Amino acid sequence: MALPHDSAPKFAEYAHPEMIVSTEWVAAHLDDPGLVVAESDEDVLLYETGHIPGAVKLDWHTELNDPVTRDYVDGAGFAKLMSEKGISRDTTLVLYGDKNNWWAAYALWVCSLFGHPDLRLMDGGRAKWIAEGRPVSTGTPKRPQADYPVIDRDDRQLRAFKDQVLAHLGQPLIDVRSPGEYSGELLHMPDYPQEGALRGGHIPGAKSVPWARAAGADATFKTRAELEAIYQGEAGLTPEDDVVVYCRIGERSSHTWFVLHHLLGYPRVRNYDGSWTEWGNSVRVPITRGTSP
Amino acid sequence: MSGATLHPRLQEIVDDFSSVPDKDRLQLLLEFSQDLPALPERYAAHHDLLEPVPECQTPLFLAVEVEPDSGRGTVHLFFEAPAEAPTTRGFAAILHAGLDGLDADEVLATPAEFSSRLGLADLVSPLRLRGMAAMLARIKRQVREKR
Repeated sequence: MALPHDSAPKFAEYAHPEMIVSTEWVAAHLDDPGLVVAESDEDVLLYETGHIPGAVKLDWHTELNDPVTRDYVDGAGFAKLMSEKGISRDTTLVLYGDKNNWWAAYALWVCSLFGHPDLRLMDGGRAKWIAEGRPVSTGTPKRPQADYPVIDRDDRQLRAFKDQVLAHLGQPLIDVRSPGEYSGELLHMPDYPQEGALRGGHIPGAKSVPWARAAGADATFKTRAELEAIYQGEAGLTPEDDVVVYCRIGERSSHTWFVLHHLLGYPRVRNYDGSWTEWGNSVRVPITRGTSP
Repeated sequence: MSGATLHPRLQEIVDDFSSVPDKDRLQLLLEFSQDLPALPERYAAHHDLLEPVPECQTPLFLAVEVEPDSGRGTVHLFFEAPAEAPTTRGFAAILHAGLDGLDADEVLATPAEFSSRLGLADLVSPLRLRGMAAMLARIKRQVREKR
């Protein structure tokens, strides 16, 4: 049984207000049957230092990825993971995490590939919950094992692969990395590890809109009007566009995918998770350097 | 595991990690992170004296001192990482517990792949573990420069 939506006026402006809830909403519904809250962080230990009481941990690196192939888990792997965490196909799954919900948005995107019916992001994420002085727990929640069905992952609608991006050149592309990575001056995020790209620059025609511009100082998403000013006003996108977003491994661009697809309601937005670590290492793919698309 | 012999203090840490089941290994890393000593005043007020370690997912800073004592060169390590980065703090605390107070030669003899012996690769991911290897490489470079 699905839980009620958050009727906050800010969310009502978004194209899909059912995809987002506030910290207040989570606090009010925490004990409701049918709800599972999951924390997904960049730091693999942050959950253990204290999390929303009852929230389970969902690690992007060790749980959502296939351990061998560069890919996500398959239908059987996802069913096993969800079942172990006490998540059923009819569970309302609310995701939150550190750093403007960066990794939570990534986890939500991966769950979307399996078509989980009721996914929501908690606006403001972990930082907002803690800043508001809400309770945290270091306990491990004991949820009964669920029986999640094996659903084949569907990569067609929400995911783009390198060959598809090559065929997409000339159509809208958004590069969400930092300006230095976009221009080719840096091969990785400022202050982050080099993750092995041999060439710097961006995919020809891609416009630069660093992902964190979609969030305010308190880690919450900007209002619909503010987001439209950035993505439509500045970057020139329109809701009819077929858009591909990318970053370095597809995590920061999941955040932008969420903004374009769910908050602004663009029906055709795909995340290219191969992103720069694939493109910047590929033989003979075109690359543009400098600050212009 | 094969490879170069570890200093007994590092070996003790490896033994601690290998003696607990997978699930408790993250908890052990968390306990290390909570025990990372705070920066002494002389560094807390002078961040410019610290070396950044950009290979860690969350920025970490470190300082290395080598005492000019009878040629042995006792090594002292200082780290700073934010509370929101417990994994990075844990890696720093392991190196502090294992290396602080050793002789320069003992620190330099630490195998570069030490971090891979803790049994954390599957729990933490190899990508995240790279941060610890980078910290160790920077510590050893500073020891060579300062001894």
